[in-house]
Amino acid sequence: MKELSKKRKVDIVIENLCIAFGDNVVLDHFNLELFRGESLVVMGRSGSGKSVLIKCIIGLLRPDRGKIHVFGKNVLSLNTSALDAIRMKVGFLFQSNALYDSMTVRDNLEFPLRRRTFRLSQTEVNDMVMEALHNVGLEHTVDMMPSELSGGMRKRIALARTLILKPEIILYDEPTTGLDAVTSLEIISLMKKIQEKYKTSSIIITHDMKCVQLAAHRVIMLINGRCYAEGVYDTLSQNQDENIRQFFQ
Amino acid sequence: MRIPKLPESTHLFLHDAGEMSRFAARFFWEGLRPRYEVREFFHQCFIIGYRSMPLAGLTAFIMGLVLTMQLHPTMVYYGVEAQIPAMVGIAIVREIGPIMTALIFAGKIGSSIGAELGSMKVTEQIDAMEVSGTNPFKYLVVTRTLACMLMLPVLVVISDGISLYGSYLGVNLYEKMSFDLFFKNIFDYLFFIDVTPAVVKTFFFGFAVGIIGCYKGYYSRKGTEGVGRSANSAVVVSSVMIFILDLIAVQITDLL
Repeated sequence: MKELSKKRKVDIVIENLCIAFGDNVVLDHFNLELFRGESLVVMGRSGSGKSVLIKCIIGLLRPDRGKIHVFGKNVLSLNTSALDAIRMKVGFLFQSNALYDSMTVRDNLEFPLRRRTFRLSQTEVNDMVMEALHNVGLEHTVDMMPSELSGGMRKRIALARTLILKPEIILYDEPTTGLDAVTSLEIISLMKKIQEKYKTSSIIITHDMKCVQLAAHRVIMLINGRCYAEGVYDTLSQNQDENIRQFFQ
Repeated sequence: MRIPKLPESTHLFLHDAGEMSRFAARFFWEGLRPRYEVREFFHQCFIIGYRSMPLAGLTAFIMGLVLTMQLHPTMVYYGVEAQIPAMVGIAIVREIGPIMTALIFAGKIGSSIGAELGSMKVTEQIDAMEVSGTNPFKYLVVTRTLACMLMLPVLVVISDGISLYGSYLGVNLYEKMSFDLFFKNIFDYLFFIDVTPAVVKTFFFGFAVGIIGCYKGYYSRKGTEGVGRSANSAVVVSSVMIFILDLIAVQITDLL
């Protein structure tokens, strides 16, 4: 893996990340590298700090110690405008979708565009909105409210909103949680399609084994705040370690 | 010397008061610095001001009518029924109008802001806003609080007018009095010093309702149960704060 890391470009490097909430140590000297174009799955039990990890990467949470380099810049030492510039290249799909429920689908998709880019005409904005909706196959929902959509549709709209700024990295926080098996497969194949089309790098937080099997280039197992094991799915699934086996059973 | 430990409830109260003060200070800090969310501010003025008008107007009308009907027998007993317009006018403009409208406003707008922001918090919409390059404090808190500060005085002035009209109808239930005479009677006894402090204090009432509603929603926890609690506590705390501010305002007005 170290040989590989010397050859490939690295988008995210995390070194010795520590974060605790009171007495509860969530991440304890955690290290990670995300290579360009890679889909990295971070697995772990509920409450193991997976979501905390990606929230630290995007600057929503501040760790107690450690370094997080995104595109070579330490996000912990950046000012607001520099952090915003990094965030423009990093999409985040929230576990709860986080669609603005007082806005239509169109307004939800336009919101990040309007905030980030000021010189777009209405026609350009419309085209970008429709392209993002086309990517997720939901053009007909453009004027609907989030409350009128099913769980799977909301997830796809949230994905479209994440894609609208053409991010280079996408952070997925439990993308298939709460969805039925068929819809989960649709979302996973959509994630793969997007990864191939836009050559994005991604970190996927999940404990859905189907998602791990289908979407991961590499898997990291987060146990007790540390990287317990790392490898490709097939290797890890054959591992006899009790802590690892329980995920694959 | 050993410092005695504070009871848990006192500790929590002081902690909450400190956090709320920091939140209010951040409102001024963020509100003064660009980028200014002008479009969202006007949108909130429409929601907070225009959409509260029917409720504030209806309650003001009933209040003016009922106050007059309640006063009438006593005023007749003392033979001073001609002073009803002046008495009702001063009571409504100086005290009852601002307080009642502010309490209605706290119930309607304070709870709605608390619930809206609380729900946005627990469904990660505030985080999503931050990730998409928007300062959620400016976009959500500054705009709503400023809209409350601007719209409550406007609502109070309009409600006072409606309330006085209710009182005019109340007087006419018992005896015939012309519209001109009724309002001339009021304005003969109502001075600039009565109106100005009454309007000025409503800016502070609006600030209290806005900032407390936003604080309770912004730091909402524990899922949907927390959202309900935020909305409820926004109304309770801002209502109490309105009375405290009113007490302070009366003391200051007396000094002038």
